[in-house]
Amino acid sequence: MAQRRLQFEVYRYDPNDPRAVPRMDHFEVDEEPMMNLFTVLNQIREEHDPSLMFDFSCRAAVCGSCGMLINGKPRLACQTLTTTLPSKTTLHPLPVFKHVGDLCVDTGTWFRGMYQNIGSWVHTDEEFDPQAVEQRLPNDLMLEIYELERCIECGCCVAACGTANVRDDFVGAVTANRLARFMIDPRDQRTNLQYYDVMGTDSGIFGCMGLLGCDDICPKEIPLQKTLAMVRRKMALTGLKGK
Amino acid sequence: MERVLTDVLIIGGGLAGERAAVEAAMRGHDVTIISLIPARRSHSCAAQGGMQAALGNMAMADGDNVDVHFNDTVKGSDWGADQDRIRLFVEAMPWIVRQMDHWGIPWNRVVAGKFSFHKRGKKHDAENKKEKEGLITQRDFGGVSYWRCAYTADGTGHTLLYTMDNVAAKFGVKVHDRVEAVALIHDGKNCLGAVVRDLRDGSLRPYLAKATVIATGGFGRIYGKSTNAIQNEGTGCIIAQDTGLVPLGNMEAVQFHPTALVPVWILITEGCRGDGGYLLDRDNHRFMADYEPEKQELASRDVVSRRMIQHIRAGKGVEGPYGQHLWLDIHHLGRQHLETRLREVTDICRHFIGVDPVKEPVPVLPTQHYSMGGVRTDIDCAAYGLRGLYAAGEAGCWDMHGFNRLGGNSLAETLVTGWVSGTKLSEYIEKGFDASFSSRLIDEAVAAQQARIDGLINSSGSENVYRLRTEMENVLLDNVHIFRNGPNLEKAVEALKDLYARSKKIKLRSHGKWANPELGLALRLPGMIRLALCIAYGGLKRTESRGSHYREDFPARDDQKWLKRTLAYWKNPDDGLPTLEYEDPVITESPPGSRGYGESQVIPAEGKK
Repeated sequence: MAQRRLQFEVYRYDPNDPRAVPRMDHFEVDEEPMMNLFTVLNQIREEHDPSLMFDFSCRAAVCGSCGMLINGKPRLACQTLTTTLPSKTTLHPLPVFKHVGDLCVDTGTWFRGMYQNIGSWVHTDEEFDPQAVEQRLPNDLMLEIYELERCIECGCCVAACGTANVRDDFVGAVTANRLARFMIDPRDQRTNLQYYDVMGTDSGIFGCMGLLGCDDICPKEIPLQKTLAMVRRKMALTGLKGK
Repeated sequence: MERVLTDVLIIGGGLAGERAAVEAAMRGHDVTIISLIPARRSHSCAAQGGMQAALGNMAMADGDNVDVHFNDTVKGSDWGADQDRIRLFVEAMPWIVRQMDHWGIPWNRVVAGKFSFHKRGKKHDAENKKEKEGLITQRDFGGVSYWRCAYTADGTGHTLLYTMDNVAAKFGVKVHDRVEAVALIHDGKNCLGAVVRDLRDGSLRPYLAKATVIATGGFGRIYGKSTNAIQNEGTGCIIAQDTGLVPLGNMEAVQFHPTALVPVWILITEGCRGDGGYLLDRDNHRFMADYEPEKQELASRDVVSRRMIQHIRAGKGVEGPYGQHLWLDIHHLGRQHLETRLREVTDICRHFIGVDPVKEPVPVLPTQHYSMGGVRTDIDCAAYGLRGLYAAGEAGCWDMHGFNRLGGNSLAETLVTGWVSGTKLSEYIEKGFDASFSSRLIDEAVAAQQARIDGLINSSGSENVYRLRTEMENVLLDNVHIFRNGPNLEKAVEALKDLYARSKKIKLRSHGKWANPELGLALRLPGMIRLALCIAYGGLKRTESRGSHYREDFPARDDQKWLKRTLAYWKNPDDGLPTLEYEDPVITESPPGSRGYGESQVIPAEGKK
């Protein structure tokens, strides 16, 4: 197969620079076997423009740092092989999150706010006893929790969400999924009404329009459609019954 | 100038830093974590296989106890570790695992009844007892006597880090992300915090603290080809050593993991072999059974990595587009197993190289994975050389790993040293410690860093920072890898000395303003080369083979001369080489002996007990 010369149009803007205006920069890179966008962006920075800002950490699709719009779709750059791309690709930062510069957005502040808002930890009155054997729990349930816990908070589902894109206060699928993980965990002693306080609102689960862009694009294939349905049903029933 | 004042400053938001933060916060201290990236994106999240704790819950763990865990860890370290730390560690691990369970980790649990598993090329049967059902289960790992590794599928680091970060949020720990500590602030005796560069706008500000913890993880990226995340450049070790007062311990002890995915160097967990995976050569032969009849694929990592390279050198490697490699075969574990308990690994193989491990073997090669060396501390995790400075996790050399860390002992160590450092620094600042911060000292510390930045922006040099980094990586890959020898190490030391001199003449090709990434690397690179020099020079001087440090010209472990730990100081910024000092490891229970795997030529210590 003939080697392709890949073309990239990359969004550039540094909010620190008072003279900067957003623009698209053009770069070209020779395609190599097993090439992904981690390789491409580093090559662009090292050989063409050392000022280009982008985020990576694990480069193995487990840390969630490198979410960006790749030809308009939110995806993880490290996990995107160039063989899946056309010869011309556009790269933009994720929408919704505060822009930091070029392809970088501030997911850290957004997610920390989320942990505080929903109390993203096991709520329990039980004191830890270092002498005691652990609570017995069924393995199947642990696997179910892990399935939701696998979320890497890359922000792609928020960026793909019709509601989150037009409403700042909408929590997004990632938040519903995070709370769902605690709802099914017997170690968390919160009542349905307590979950309702944080999720049973218009900015919570009832703001979801069911477009399911989140489920379509989740890079970890978390079952968001099912989880959103579970949370909505639980919150609707709690709203009806008042308990 | 904005100043941040906090009781406890934690540099690094991975598991060790967060565990330390939680311990101090639970005792009522004001704690601030600074992190290059959002805390949950720290490299702890990439740990897959699990953590070792002698719980003895499942069938193949029946009979395990903390003494066996102790002995396995000592053997793994090739007697280079401090045994008082290992004792403290193995005793703590069972409650540490259960505390994480209390905080919400979905540990996989024991399912009662019969099950089968693969080991040593055969299928075996076992049965979990009814009375153990629902307790935390465990998997097999390398260099261990029992199945001891507690896990959540192959995403154990992920669940631990997320849960710990949740707990940190619960206890009001502040996390400032997208910032980088570029220097420690100290008065020659006490550590008083750090000068921090904001990676949003490039500004500098001092963080002042009564106690500071370095928890920045390993420095594998200096090898270029590494399973480490890209921020694992050793920044915490660099700024500690930069004080001239704090030594780095055993820098020559570098772990190479047997199974990184070719050619992207992503970790493929040891849990694959723990769960029954095999290493195969070009003839699809299970060669590890020939070299290591007892442990086979599950010898310690240093031994398996050496055997793999030895086998490739014997002409048995598989030719591939990226040179020679070997195969990791896990297909016989079955789709169900691979898509649940080894799901992340299966996804990684499919997504990154288009290989489906359900159907075919995976190309692997030993690759830099872990830094046993780091900021040398006492048993309280307090750094040598400066009061009020602590180190935890991979960044530290607390030294329970010696010259080879066992799989599953690193996640475990992050939590134990996090707990120890958080407890001990709290006791230190609770004992009426009165921190006084001299405004001149602070201003001078910030000004020194501003001068470095200005110097780089206005540099009259000509060196390209990325080219220098690539050269450094190649020096290490070519000369300071799994098999080492005197001539190559000498070559490496000379080349790195030259690179270090050139790193003072870096010329930026971009503007260097604000959050400029090229400037960030230019600030770090001289320190990274110093770390590389500590590895190469420490390795050159250590004329023996111990654990991961293997000298072809000195193949024996020499307990007569080298039962000691290297301490590497960088006493003067103009020095071209580290100053090496040595100390004895703490041996309390287990005198040096045979590991039971790997070649074991030993020169015994005479008169040393």
